Amino acid sequence: MEPILKVENLVKRYAKRNLVGASQDFLALDGVSFTLTPGTTLAIVGESGSGKSTLASCIACLEPPSSGNLWFEGRNLAQSAERDLRDIRPKIQLIFPDPASSLNPRWNILDIVVEPLSLQLRFSRKERDLRAFVLLERVGLSADMAGRSAAELSGGQRQRLAIARALTLDPKILILDEALSALDCSVQAQIANLLLELQSAQGMTFLFITHDLAMAAHLADEIAVMSQGRIVEHAPSKKILRSPAHDATRQLLAAVPHLPHKPGPAIQP
Amino acid sequence: MASVLEVQNLQVSYWSHQRRSRPVLSGVSFDLMPGEILGVLGESGSGKSTLAASVLRLLPPNGHIGGGAVLFEGKNLMQANFGELRQIRGARVALIFQEPSLALHPTIRVGEQVRQVLAAHQQSRKLYLKERTREVFSQLFPQGPDRIMRSYPHQLSGGQRQRALIAQAIACNPTVLIADEPTAALDPVTQMEILGVFRELREKLGLALILITHNPALLNGFADRILVLYAGQVIEWGPAETLLRSPKHPYTKALLELLPEVSAATERNRRSSLPVIPGNSSPSSLPRKGCAFEPRCSVRMDACKELEPPLVTLGKTHLVSCFKYKE
Repeated sequence: MEPILKVENLVKRYAKRNLVGASQDFLALDGVSFTLTPGTTLAIVGESGSGKSTLASCIACLEPPSSGNLWFEGRNLAQSAERDLRDIRPKIQLIFPDPASSLNPRWNILDIVVEPLSLQLRFSRKERDLRAFVLLERVGLSADMAGRSAAELSGGQRQRLAIARALTLDPKILILDEALSALDCSVQAQIANLLLELQSAQGMTFLFITHDLAMAAHLADEIAVMSQGRIVEHAPSKKILRSPAHDATRQLLAAVPHLPHKPGPAIQP
Repeated sequence: MASVLEVQNLQVSYWSHQRRSRPVLSGVSFDLMPGEILGVLGESGSGKSTLAASVLRLLPPNGHIGGGAVLFEGKNLMQANFGELRQIRGARVALIFQEPSLALHPTIRVGEQVRQVLAAHQQSRKLYLKERTREVFSQLFPQGPDRIMRSYPHQLSGGQRQRALIAQAIACNPTVLIADEPTAALDPVTQMEILGVFRELREKLGLALILITHNPALLNGFADRILVLYAGQVIEWGPAETLLRSPKHPYTKALLELLPEVSAATERNRRSSLPVIPGNSSPSSLPRKGCAFEPRCSVRMDACKELEPPLVTLGKTHLVSCFKYKE
C-alpha cells in the first residue's frame, strides 16, 4: 500500500553553546528514514535522549528539520512554507505524556474539545458542540460530564479527553508521545484498548513513541528502535522480539520488567 | 528477628476545602525486617505516597494522622518531639522522591547538596564532611565521582540525577530507605540500573528498603515481600514470589492479568484488547460500607456490600482481605 508518510534522511541539529559562546552542534536526529503504512501502528522505542521526541515534533511540524524530507499527501513538509503547514498540522495530531499539563485545568471539558474546531473556523457553534459530544462518547467520557473542568478528572479520563481533542479535526496520523507512561497500569490497559478500537473503526495511523517495549509489542505492527539519533533496527514487532539484531534492541529487551508467569522474551542469539 | 520499622493501624486523612475530612489511609499495618526489600504496590489514589510521607510525619498541612503508631527501632515516631524527629528524618530513615529533577536544587552543585545534608546531621570538621561526601559519591559513581560532584543537576542525565539523590539519601548511613516511584521517569535500561544500585546498597550496607510503585513487574525478582494497597487499605501482603505467582485478592489478580507481555505478543493475542478492571480507582469521598473493591469486583458476593472483609492469613505469611478466603 502507498505509504501515508515517508521520512527520508531526516536530520535535526541543535546548536549547543558552551560558556565562552563557542557553538557546537548536537545531532538529535542523524539521518532518520522510514515509511508509515496507513491504518497501521509503528512504535518508536529507545532510551531517553535517543531522539524519539524530537522526531515526533518534526513530524508534527512543530519544529523544522535541519535537512531531509517529510513526504505527506504528496507534499514535502520539510520544505513547506508556514502558510501551508497550517493546513497540514490538523491532519497530524500529537498527544503528550502528561495529560495534567497538556490540558488547561480551568477550562471545562466541552471548551477543550471544541477549541480546535473554533480555531479552524469550521462549523457553527451548535454543530461544533454536537461533534464534541459525539467524540466524548467515542472516547468513553459521557456527554453529561461536558460542563466539568479538566481538573476534576482522573488521569485516565484526562488522557481520554486529550485523545478526543486530538480527534476533533479528523487527523490522518496520531502521534502518541509516551501517552501511556504517566498512567496507572490498569488505566494504561483501558487507553490501549481505546486506541485499538479507534484504529479498527476508523483506520487511523498511529506513531506510538514509548520506552515500554511490552506495550509497543502489544499495540504496534512494526517497531523501530532508536539510538543516538538513528534508527538502528526497524522490523515487524514479531521479528524484533524473536530475533533482535542490534545491541540497543537486545539491551532494551533485557531490561523489560516482567512477571513470573508471563516470562520475558526468549531471545535467540 | 526484630523488625526495624513497624507500622500499626495507621489512619491518615486530608481536610478538603469544604472542611470535610477524607480518609486516605484507614488502618494500615505492616513491618519491615532489617535488610528487607518491601514492595508497596498501589495505583494513584491508593494512598501509597501518603504512606511514605506519614511514616516520617511529613504530611502537607491539611493532612492529619488520626491514629496508629509507627515504631522505628522501638520508638513511636507519632509521639516523638520535633528534635527527635529531626535526628531520624534523612539520617536514619531517608526518603527518595519520584521526580529527580524536582528533588534536587537546580543552582547548587550536587556534591554541595550532599555535603549540606551531612552538615545538617553531624557537627563535624570540614575535612570529614568533604571526605565523606566523596566516599558516598564514589559508591554510586565508581567511574568518576569528582566530575559528578562538581556538576549542576541540569548537566546530568536522568539516571545520574537519580543516583545523586540516592547519594544524598544514604550519606548519613540510614537504616531504612523509602523510595517513592524512584524509576517512574526513567527508561527501562536506566530503571534496571537503578534497581541494581538498590540491590547493591542492601548487600553492602544492610539497608532495608520500601519501594513504592504502581508496576508489579518491577517488583518481580527484586522485592522480598509485597504489600498491595487499595483505597487506603492493605488488601494483600505476602512473600513476593507467592504473591506474583498466585495472587489471591481479585484486585491483585486482575492487575497482574492486564499487563501486556512481551513474549506472548509474538504468539497470540496481539491487537486483541487487554483485560481491564471496570470503573476507576479514585475513591469516592462518601463514607462507604463493605469492601472497597466491591463495585469493581468480578466475584463479589452479598456480604461484600455490607461488611468489610478482615485480613486472613493463608499459609502463615500470606495475608489477604477478601471473603473468598477462610483461615
